[in-house]
Amino acid sequence: MGNKPPIVVIKNLCKSYLKGNQVIQVLNDISLDIDDGEFLALMGPSGSGKTTLLNLIAGIDKVDRGIIQVSGVDITSLSETELAQWRAMNVGFIFQFYNLIPVLTAFENVELPLLLTGLSKKERRTHVETSLSVVNLSDRMDHYPGQLSGGQQQRVAIARAIVTDPTILVADEPTGDLDRVSATDVLELMERLVHELGKTIIMVTHDPRAAKMAHIIKHLDKGVLNAHPQTDF
Amino acid sequence: MHILKLIFKNAFRHKLRTFLTILGVAIAILAFGLLRTVISAWYVGVEASSASRLVTRNAVSLVFPLPLSYKEKIRQIEGIKGVSYGTWFGGIYIDEKHFFANYAVEPETYLRMYPEIIIPPDQKAAFYRDRKSAVAGRKLAERYKWKIGDIITLKGTIYPGNWDFVIRGIYRGRDETVDETAFVFHWEYLNESLKKTAPLRADQVGWYMIEVTNPNIAAEAAVRIDKTFKNSLAETLTETEKAFTLGFISMTEAIVIAIQLVSFLIIFIIMAVVANTMAMTARERIGEHAIFKTLGFRGFHITGLIFGESLAITMVGTALGIFLTFPAAKIFGKELSNYFPVFIVEPETIYMDLGAALVVASVAALFPAWRAVNIRIADGLRRIG
Repeated sequence: MGNKPPIVVIKNLCKSYLKGNQVIQVLNDISLDIDDGEFLALMGPSGSGKTTLLNLIAGIDKVDRGIIQVSGVDITSLSETELAQWRAMNVGFIFQFYNLIPVLTAFENVELPLLLTGLSKKERRTHVETSLSVVNLSDRMDHYPGQLSGGQQQRVAIARAIVTDPTILVADEPTGDLDRVSATDVLELMERLVHELGKTIIMVTHDPRAAKMAHIIKHLDKGVLNAHPQTDF
Repeated sequence: MHILKLIFKNAFRHKLRTFLTILGVAIAILAFGLLRTVISAWYVGVEASSASRLVTRNAVSLVFPLPLSYKEKIRQIEGIKGVSYGTWFGGIYIDEKHFFANYAVEPETYLRMYPEIIIPPDQKAAFYRDRKSAVAGRKLAERYKWKIGDIITLKGTIYPGNWDFVIRGIYRGRDETVDETAFVFHWEYLNESLKKTAPLRADQVGWYMIEVTNPNIAAEAAVRIDKTFKNSLAETLTETEKAFTLGFISMTEAIVIAIQLVSFLIIFIIMAVVANTMAMTARERIGEHAIFKTLGFRGFHITGLIFGESLAITMVGTALGIFLTFPAAKIFGKELSNYFPVFIVEPETIYMDLGAALVVASVAALFPAWRAVNIRIADGLRRIG
């Protein structure tokens, strides 16, 4: 990573929710730098704020206080419309439950984010085919999600996440709904994305095996980022 | 790509629910179309009326006659091109259920004044020649399988006795708005009989039909006619043919208003049905909409998907409803031809169907779209799994 500035810079981040009349502090004064090409795992018990932190970095939730810069852009100052455009260009999402659109084929699901770009149909096809070949699903592009296994669906979701060549990939429990073999496949694929394509991945996980694949493990507990990450989960 | 494909696939994701909604919309549009056609049928006489024709009747009421002698006086009034006259006969064929309009006219002046009534020349000549003859509309003749030369007996109600007529002509209308279920015969035949049986009722007519030289002077001519007979034993009331017809319709205005209300109520009900379907659909797709938003799709994209789906379901139902309206109107018109001689689905009815469908689709999608756009992505994603 050398002297390159961090791709994600988080400073004094705070986030709370209102539950009834009670204010729940979810994240408390979080500061974190993530380097370009890094594979970071966020761990911690349920309710510790992992997913909230991931959502904030990905620009799908708003901070109460603090700054998040991604590639030099302060995303906390963007409007909803600007954030939507920013997400489309800069963030690839991988979810626990794949979140594919069931009535679209694998090809069409992967093509979805490209509809927001100015690419021609031919260019979109090239991008989609490349992405599906990266995840080894070129032969399944006309299959619907219901016709694919869980592992295959997650790989389609990864193809969708990388098709726009985003700045960062965020993954929320990407192996949480997979069997051991499929989980290993998906994790190896994510590792390849980092090593071969230089992608930056921020992953929330409960799975110690998944965390082991990461370069850095950060542990969140009660909204606070621990200085000394634990590894014995 | 597949935004349209996505809309259609989404629309048919729950096949039974969508099928039932489409069926509901189709039936509602069919009912709406038929009710609007009933209203159009009510007003068909108004549409068919000519701007250059006036009707003069007794100022007291239509049931009181006017003297035949008024004909020449009216003819002499400035701006009058032609005068004809008629008398409502009200005869019954077979029994009262077999109702059709039947009246006595002065054949030559009547047919000259009403060019929309088309009779083959040989039949017209035969009708003029035979004083006991009559002409029937095409639909009426078809209904009773009448042929030229058949003798038809009507039982008089206003003019008692059995009256025999020979069918000498079958007319058709110049266009679809012309009533083809009327039965007209010689006023002279009626008058001659009255001279023998009820002389006091002879030489009187029910109304005068007057043609003016120019539609622009119709109002002036009407005033002149009524002025001519002011302070006479039978004062007149002259109005345009349109106003005369509207006068009849106003007697049944409450029914027309009721039908209109019911037709709009149907649209309101179907709006609730489609809105319910769209609300269920949008609720089920909160997670998917969150995914779209996560990927960078914006509020108007989501709105487009929901409105598109609502429009797709409503329009398929509407197309089916419109398609069914035509054969249904044909059957309906045939069965009720006694009451609605002209029962045709007007283009305006189809435009109203489409307009109603557009309103239904839009209103039904409004709340689900608002909700889908405004829900936080994180909350939407939490609904998955």
